[in-house]
Amino acid sequence: MKASPQPPRWADRLLEWFCAPHLLEEIQGDLYERFQSNSNRFGEKTARRKYLFGVLSFIRPFTLRRKPDLYLSTSLFPKIMLSNYFKIALRNLLRNRIYSFINIGGLAVGMAVAMLIGLWIFDELSFNKYHKNYDRIASVMQHYTMNGVTDSQVSLPIPLANELRTTYAGNFRYVLLSSWTEGHTLSYGDRKFWKAGNYIEPEAPEMLSLKMLKGTRAGLYEPSSIMINASVAKALFGDSDPMDKIIKIDNQITVKVTGVYEDLPYNTQFNNLDYLTPWALNVAVRDWVKNSRDNWDNNSFQIFAQIGDNADMDKVSAKIKNARLNNVDREIARTKPEVFLQPMSKWHLYSEFKNGINVGGRIQFVWLFGLIGFFVLLLACINFMNLSTARSEKRAKEVGIRKAIGSLRGQLISQFLSESLLVVLIAFALSLVLVQLVLPFFNEVADKKMTILWSNPRFWLLGISFSLCTGLLAGSYPAFYLSSFQPVKVLKGVFRVGRFAAAPRKIMVVLQFTVSVTLIIGTIIVFRQIQFAKNRPIGYSRNGLIYVQTTTADVHNHYEAIRSEFIKSGAVVEMAESESPVTGVWNNNGGFEWKGKNPGQQANFAVIGVTHEFGKTIGWQFKEGRDFSKAFSTDSLSLVLNEAAVKFMGLKNPVGETVREGNRTYKIIGVIKDMIMASPYEPVKQSLFYLSDFPSNFINIKINPKMSANEALPIISGIFRKYNPVSPFNYKFADLEYAHKFAAEERIGKLATFFAILAIFISCLGLFGLASFVAEQRTKEIGIRKVLGATVFNLWRLLSKDFVVLVIISLFIAIPIAYYFMNNWLHNYTYRSEISWWIFAVSGLGALGITLLTVSYQAIKAALLNPVKSLKTE
Amino acid sequence: MKRSYLGEFEEIVLLTVAILGDGAYGVSIADEIEQQTDRSVSISAVHVALNRLEEKGMLSSYMGEATAERGGRRKRLFTVSALGNRTLNELRSLRNRMWEAISPQNLPALSI
Repeated sequence: MKASPQPPRWADRLLEWFCAPHLLEEIQGDLYERFQSNSNRFGEKTARRKYLFGVLSFIRPFTLRRKPDLYLSTSLFPKIMLSNYFKIALRNLLRNRIYSFINIGGLAVGMAVAMLIGLWIFDELSFNKYHKNYDRIASVMQHYTMNGVTDSQVSLPIPLANELRTTYAGNFRYVLLSSWTEGHTLSYGDRKFWKAGNYIEPEAPEMLSLKMLKGTRAGLYEPSSIMINASVAKALFGDSDPMDKIIKIDNQITVKVTGVYEDLPYNTQFNNLDYLTPWALNVAVRDWVKNSRDNWDNNSFQIFAQIGDNADMDKVSAKIKNARLNNVDREIARTKPEVFLQPMSKWHLYSEFKNGINVGGRIQFVWLFGLIGFFVLLLACINFMNLSTARSEKRAKEVGIRKAIGSLRGQLISQFLSESLLVVLIAFALSLVLVQLVLPFFNEVADKKMTILWSNPRFWLLGISFSLCTGLLAGSYPAFYLSSFQPVKVLKGVFRVGRFAAAPRKIMVVLQFTVSVTLIIGTIIVFRQIQFAKNRPIGYSRNGLIYVQTTTADVHNHYEAIRSEFIKSGAVVEMAESESPVTGVWNNNGGFEWKGKNPGQQANFAVIGVTHEFGKTIGWQFKEGRDFSKAFSTDSLSLVLNEAAVKFMGLKNPVGETVREGNRTYKIIGVIKDMIMASPYEPVKQSLFYLSDFPSNFINIKINPKMSANEALPIISGIFRKYNPVSPFNYKFADLEYAHKFAAEERIGKLATFFAILAIFISCLGLFGLASFVAEQRTKEIGIRKVLGATVFNLWRLLSKDFVVLVIISLFIAIPIAYYFMNNWLHNYTYRSEISWWIFAVSGLGALGITLLTVSYQAIKAALLNPVKSLKTE
Repeated sequence: MKRSYLGEFEEIVLLTVAILGDGAYGVSIADEIEQQTDRSVSISAVHVALNRLEEKGMLSSYMGEATAERGGRRKRLFTVSALGNRTLNELRSLRNRMWEAISPQNLPALSI
């Protein structure tokens, strides 16, 4: 028999879903009846279609409106009940002080950490966005290949700028040549300061959209002009008007102030740009710059560009690829120079290149800290939910009584939800206070100038919506589960928590400890790496070594006089000039030839010009040969090599060999042990030291070890000023500068420690709360066990075992994860420490120890309880 | 007394309920209106009107028996209440009074 035709099921479902229950029966019945008669008259297909239309036409206000519930007809939130909820909530918080503290404190700490990290990420991502043309500005860079390794640099030759302007015209709005950001002495009257600035082409203020406080952005078009930032203006001129005043740079160049711009904010690349002077001035005052104007091989300058308004960064970058290659000779063409644009948006976060490919940079830390922040917040939320649900089971009786008195389910739900919202909001307020307190410290560690974004609506939206979500999530279990109990059962005490109620809690403990242990391992490895690099022999003595950068020839011209006066004063053991500071290499040269050189090898060396006393001043150590000496007049054409250079050149007996550069021949007189001048994580570069007789950049001074730096420095600066009155005595300690090389790693280390400690703290809080909850739940069991003869140790083991097992599981998850990530991180360093097994053992044992300590307190407390008392409790 | 307003469709539905007597429910009302007025009427429109009329107190209702063709669901049967009855009567006498007030020459002739 054929089944009687049926209307479409889903249309029926739709009707049942939207229609008010008290109308459903009659409406559905009428539609059915119509359907039956329609299917007899028109056939099933038409009837089904009509049925659907019928259902849809019932979507009207009167069917959507539910019949008002008689009991709730007054208001869902009667005032008197609301005040009662608050009272009960506060009483509950106060009665269980420890829980409240753990709950609110843990969540507040977690939120504070997330907020700090959020601010940090916001700051990182908004780097350089101060500039209006942020999207269109780029720095021109080049890749070049030496001995099979491709490096990338911003140093470019001068004529490239013109080439970009003419051959590739139309792609760029501005192409600006610039010097490095160099330190110089600015003086006005008797005020003089060491300030950093660039020689740059006059469109720069327009391109960087500097905010002018005085003058216009066209200020640099005047030939001998200078534009200074507000703090320099304040320092040099106080409150008087700086415009059109005459300033001297290094006491040599006279320039007129043609503009004052607002200080660039700290989170911009150019934040240290104290002043700008026209590029033409650089050409006018420096012969070597003038001589490089048509030299395609002097990569000593920077070029910034702003692409045309409709140009595409990637396309322009691809177009200019051969801009340098097309203009150089065969020898240089072998280095395959490839010009490209590095957009401003990538300067800060994607600054690293490996073999000609952009491999990221700080963006890794943005991700890393984002992840850590997320996890810490997650840990705190897990705690909060765990504890709220665990606690709420204790309140089943309250629910029973409330229901017996006449509470409706909806009222109970809103009670529990509002309670957890209240707690979350308290935590949110507390976290704001915490962030405000910690921010100065955090700024110092992270090297930032961040503030809470009090006036940013997005910040508030995010914070408050997060609080609401957490509150609703954490409150949903007690709200919906507990309110569904039958009051009779609860009050009789038949109420049992489900077998599976504990499972999610266990998973959460495992998750928490996995994160914590991973962070501990990571922190230990970061610190070991830093320590490892710090312990590396540096090849010279930093103690009491200071250096002063000079831009004038005063010291050079009075070299012998200053030196003898220094030594006579007893404050100084030795002094010397050098082209590079001991903590950096400023000059690299190629084009050296020697006997047995592989013709394919590209001979690129770090080249450092020094005076005779350099070796004695910094205390370098000889492996072979001898130091420069005034006894040999031939030493002006001699070289001292480091070990890396000997290895690079492949010399068996280096001393006595000769090295040619152009038409000059140098003799190797000595080999020193490698000195770490550049990165302590990288191999030392092959270096050549020669005697230079022209004014150098740095004066190195070794302070007499018998005198403290505090005593010696005034004497030194007095003598220095006598001979060099125009420059401020701007000294740097070599050991401090060397320590700066570790700043980035130490910053990560400190932040990681900070977060690891917080993660552990939060996890332990949670564990502590859970342990006490479990102990309380099993009070009777423990009492009975005691009566039957269990010892305190037995009971302690019983209660601790569960947690220890969970922590061990998390160890097994955390160790491979940590190993994988940290191994990857270490591979960024050529000179790196090993990951040894004891790191894992120590962090595992540490985590277990902390767990046992946390749990034991509760376990022993429960185990020591008098069984008479615990069995009496009801 | 406050006058109760009735829309035209509401009036028709009210009248139909009166015509049908004991058997007035959604489908039967819709069918009856279709027969009487020759216009097609959707059930939902009828339900809206019935709902409004019941809210106004002109109809009262009770659940009737279930039938197989309704899938075992009951009907809601409507009867005209005293207020409904009075309203219908008032409307009718109002119309009558007004018809009597019209002098025939004021209307154009109808071609029959």
